[in-house]
Amino acid sequence: MSDTKTEKPAPSLGSIFATFLTIGATSVGGGVVAYLRSHLVGKRAWFDDASFLEMLSISQTMPGLNATNMSILAGDRLRGGAGALVATLGMCLPGALLMSAAGAAYGLQADSPATTAALHGIAAAAVGLVLSVLVQIAAKALKTWDDYLFVAVTALAVSGLGLSVPYALIGVGIVAIWWKRPRKRSRPQPDEASP
Amino acid sequence: MKDLGDLAYVFGYLSLLTVGGGMAAFPALKSLTVDVYHWVTFPELLHFYSLGQLSPGPNMMMVSSIGMRVAGPLGALVALICFLGPTALGTFAVGRVWKRLETWRWRTAVQQGLGSVSVGLVLAGAITMARGAVTDPFMGGIAVVVFVLLMRTKINPAYPILGSGALALAVFLLK
Repeated sequence: MSDTKTEKPAPSLGSIFATFLTIGATSVGGGVVAYLRSHLVGKRAWFDDASFLEMLSISQTMPGLNATNMSILAGDRLRGGAGALVATLGMCLPGALLMSAAGAAYGLQADSPATTAALHGIAAAAVGLVLSVLVQIAAKALKTWDDYLFVAVTALAVSGLGLSVPYALIGVGIVAIWWKRPRKRSRPQPDEASP
Repeated sequence: MKDLGDLAYVFGYLSLLTVGGGMAAFPALKSLTVDVYHWVTFPELLHFYSLGQLSPGPNMMMVSSIGMRVAGPLGALVALICFLGPTALGTFAVGRVWKRLETWRWRTAVQQGLGSVSVGLVLAGAITMARGAVTDPFMGGIAVVVFVLLMRTKINPAYPILGSGALALAVFLLK
């Protein structure tokens, strides 16, 4: 492992597992990133803010769940491949056990109309949650009118025309990347170019 | 054995679609698990997804619920490993070469281009989900109230979600 900063010894696999298991067991309600930050940057001080944000940016660009991508990247930087493995395991174990138990229990209880009613309410609430997450990621990812256009075309292709996700992803993705392709600019600050 | 193979194929494939998060794969998750393989009904899928929002950790651990329904504990394990594995390897590899990618001139184009496409996919997932969950004005009201609450306050989403379940149960019992 490359130790760029030699001030601190690398944490043991056990403490990496324990930390991610704690996050995996307590991060109820979605915002795993906030829990990750408070443990990895705060309590444990394994990362500074800049490297945390860098890992977050990789996590959000790469396919995969944000929480598991973060576990892989953080675990790898702390302790190589084995670190990535134990971090991901700890992160997923509590939720996976709970949801497997839910899968097993569902067959026994779900026929009751009362359970179905309660779960239906929960599902409606989850739509509200998904929309709020959508607004948050949209606020970060979408900057100019063309970004909104690509969002609309993708959603319309999948939801309106029933195009399957990979075709929409690859088709619109290639056009969008080409649209944003690097160009030779004369202006010194490309970020400031507003529509 | 065939079930395990099907689970591995379906969740390995879905894994590759989780661009921008698990929700991006939701339309394909619905069509494969409900319409093609008949492992769960659409309401069941919505219930598992919603319960998954209440459970700690990554938000798509509900894939293990489906694996469990189809083939028991081994099914849960196969679904989970296949759903996480392919993207895990990709992220691991990119994490290692990131320093070099950072100065790649196409990096911004890829990040921005895929960024808007992934928002579009998450939107499509939300629409698929809303079509199943928002079945009447009352459910629509719940969705809107939860959305506004989460946008306006810093409340932990678990509370309004649980509250909505309790409310829907109360309304059912009073009918």
